[in-house]
Amino acid sequence: MTTPTKSRGRRAGATVAERDARPAGARRIERLDQHIVEIVSDSGEGAQTCGKLFGTVSARMGNGVWTVEIIPAEIEPPARSPAGASGNRIRLGSREVTNWGDYTDLVVAFNEQVLLARHRARALAPGATVLLEDMWEEHDDPDIRAAWAAAMEELSEAGYRIIPVPMEEECLEVVDDPRKGKNMFALGMLASLYGRDRELLEKAIARRFARKDDELTRRNVALLHRGMRWAESSLDFGFEIPPTPDETAKVVMNGNQAIALGAIAAGFETASMYPITPASSVSHYLGEIFQDYGGILHQAEDEIAAAGVAIGASYAGRPALTITSGPGMALKTEFLGLAIMTETPLVVVDVQRGGPSTGLPTRVEQSDLLAAIFGQPGDAPHVVIAPATIEECFHVMVMARRIAETFRAVVIVLSDANLATGVQPFRRPVPVRAWQGSPPDQSPVPEGTRPYEWDPETGLSRRMIPGQAGGQYTATGLAHDEDSHVAYDPEVNQRSSRARSRKLAVLRSTLTPPPIHGDPSGDLLLVGWGSTKGAIEEAVDRARAEGLSVSSTHLTFLSPLPPGLGEIFGRFGRVLTIEIDYSDEPDDPFIDEENRRRGQLAWLLRAATLVDVGCWTRVMAEPLRPGSILEVIRSRLAVTGGAA
Amino acid sequence: MNAATCSLLRASVEEDRSFELGDYEGPVARWCPGCGDHSVLAASQRLLREEQLAPEETVFVSGIGCSGRFPHHLGTYGFHGIHGRALPLATGVKLARPELHVFAVMGDGDCASIGAGHWIHAIRYNTDMVAFMLDNHIYGLTKKQTSPTTPQGYRTNTQPHGSWLPALNPLTATLGVTNASFVAQTAEWVPQHLQATLRAAFRHRGFSFVRILQRCPHYTLSMFIDAVRDPDRIELLVHEDGVRVDGLEKIYEHVRPHDPSDLDFARRLAQEDSDPERPIRLGVFFRDPSRAVYDRIRRVPTRSADEKVELLNRELDRHAI
Repeated sequence: MTTPTKSRGRRAGATVAERDARPAGARRIERLDQHIVEIVSDSGEGAQTCGKLFGTVSARMGNGVWTVEIIPAEIEPPARSPAGASGNRIRLGSREVTNWGDYTDLVVAFNEQVLLARHRARALAPGATVLLEDMWEEHDDPDIRAAWAAAMEELSEAGYRIIPVPMEEECLEVVDDPRKGKNMFALGMLASLYGRDRELLEKAIARRFARKDDELTRRNVALLHRGMRWAESSLDFGFEIPPTPDETAKVVMNGNQAIALGAIAAGFETASMYPITPASSVSHYLGEIFQDYGGILHQAEDEIAAAGVAIGASYAGRPALTITSGPGMALKTEFLGLAIMTETPLVVVDVQRGGPSTGLPTRVEQSDLLAAIFGQPGDAPHVVIAPATIEECFHVMVMARRIAETFRAVVIVLSDANLATGVQPFRRPVPVRAWQGSPPDQSPVPEGTRPYEWDPETGLSRRMIPGQAGGQYTATGLAHDEDSHVAYDPEVNQRSSRARSRKLAVLRSTLTPPPIHGDPSGDLLLVGWGSTKGAIEEAVDRARAEGLSVSSTHLTFLSPLPPGLGEIFGRFGRVLTIEIDYSDEPDDPFIDEENRRRGQLAWLLRAATLVDVGCWTRVMAEPLRPGSILEVIRSRLAVTGGAA
Repeated sequence: MNAATCSLLRASVEEDRSFELGDYEGPVARWCPGCGDHSVLAASQRLLREEQLAPEETVFVSGIGCSGRFPHHLGTYGFHGIHGRALPLATGVKLARPELHVFAVMGDGDCASIGAGHWIHAIRYNTDMVAFMLDNHIYGLTKKQTSPTTPQGYRTNTQPHGSWLPALNPLTATLGVTNASFVAQTAEWVPQHLQATLRAAFRHRGFSFVRILQRCPHYTLSMFIDAVRDPDRIELLVHEDGVRVDGLEKIYEHVRPHDPSDLDFARRLAQEDSDPERPIRLGVFFRDPSRAVYDRIRRVPTRSADEKVELLNRELDRHAI
């Protein structure tokens, strides 16, 4: 076994790592509530596999876990380039972890360029610990040596604790090509640092490579052991994040997988889509398994056709959804109007990304909110709901189908890139038979039944499905009367518009006010929607621990809004939305109270409640950090004198 | 209800039912007098009666324009959609319910302009349905704008100095697409031929594309007047696997035997159809019943709710920690 030398440490700019000096057996183990660790490499070097295994095993041990993929923007970026940084970022916690947290505490990097990428992305905490492959420092290629030196120069000011690791050299003891295997060595190091269960790791490795050969598993386990031994003998620190024992059955997946499984649990039979980031992986999963359930995943020729196929299937009596992201929503707009006008049940999943236009395809944003609610020309009332957690991505599909069919309505489900790529354990759903619904009603329609017999009170009407004798009618996007006959009569248009609109009010009458996280009244109320819930509530908890009078509430229903908002807002000194979209700052040039463009949720809530709802929004191409929200709470309460 | 019970029920019901033309009639059509749509509507109703299709198991899907109103005048189920998008809706209906009889009705602008992308892909999917392209060479409902099939030089409201470009040939376009399986041309003013062509299209298993030449009495009467008056302006493509109407050859003396399985020759015949000096060819240009049919490829097993829940539990176990 090679032990890193002092000189190697110094040349790498290590600030603390003087490992030769550490007395044998005196390893300092730091006990923590939570820690953020990431592993980053060129793509193809397996950092993602390492991260996934680490996350899975940690979850099995009872730790809270939130994993985010670090995805390069290109398919085959050049080796050793910041653009190619690929890997996983795992937040471990003693209890359930509801969001990605603040800044990374410990990094394993396979070269200095991918480390630079993370540094430049401001992903790392000041003083973060870095375990860095050191083979590049004395590489034969002078360009690589120069790149190393330049990177060390750039990194030196950040004050990271950089520890050189002879990963290549160590791996060569086990395999001929360390590019295939370094990730398992890295997993071993992390296992040692965080006290991961060795047997669980070995099992996870065996399961991961079960479809390949035993030899591969054996080699990977050998690399794992080597990484563990190296860390045990060479590193004088470690971490303990005590797990919270929890006997409830759990599953672990990302939000897009949860949407796919939720769609199946909800009994959807047709899903149509066109490839678009970050929604596509829903269809990858459905493409794999949907047909076993009697479902059809249709990849349409474009986004428009994807909506059309879903509407056609639903008109024919089969529950159908279409899956897309912002640019696809824009293209589907006319078809959404048709589904609303013909009252054809339809569920549309929009996994939001940065916009407008092509925007930031892989990054999180919540800027589709108002377009989702108001984006259809003409008066087009429909439902918009948003899951806030990966678990909710599963269950929201069941609710979406039920609402779509009960109200003959279009339901837009707004997820986002944060939920789509975040991986988190959650309570295992228990699918029930009733969610599957019944096959299309094929019983004859009683004579005299009309296709749009709008109830004057609720606007609801009975749907007729092809195959039902006596129900024949022609659905139309033109203004129509109760018989679905084209009607230009002004009275009919007023009546049918009222019926379509009334359905939202009826749905709202079944909702309850949103729960409050924290005290039911106080100085400040934060309001959020979608994937920011975990970060907002963690910030509120931290602020409350500091004695600040702050609570939060989170909206699942965006259209219709739930009841009771005005009354809730009235119990707080100030109301502030927290959103991942753009808003003008009040003191920006040319900006005043009247022309200020606000966060989209703030706009919506101000219009609905006439309360002076403020907003704090960012479009930093990443999820919000609880620490940033905490700063906002502190500063807002300081301004009003509410701070402790 | 499982599939077996369902089809048994249907069989017992159908034994006692026979359908008359009146069963396929909807509210009276309000197209202009002399509009070719009337003729196609009547032929469709005759087809439904001939084939004794249950009105509740038949769905006509349309786009926008004069042709878009088509389903409103039938006694079947209908879906009057949006401009250019009849084919995705029809595909959705057929994929979800393969046992339904599906027809898609489009105009020339609907199909070959705003809906051209769907048209190309619908040909390739080859989903089992009949697609009518009601081609009057003009946008009629919106008042005489140039369509993709308007002849070059023809004056319209959007191109008053004469339409700029040569007309698109829907036959060559369709025959050029991989997996095309049925391509025919007929004319509304030859009702026996129209009827026979719709029958052949319906009986073909796959995407049956029928271009129906038709007059717009307001805007394009002059384009068709020669062909309507002079039988020498028509050439019939005849074959036992195509369309052959008894007695029609006495009126239309230009008759060309054409085996619709010959794709290369079909393409040549279609190409020549662009030449205004040549007679208009009516008949089946191409037919290949062996092409892959999308709704058959995509048949899925019927699963009960209990089976699905069981499968889902197994799948969730794969994600268990």
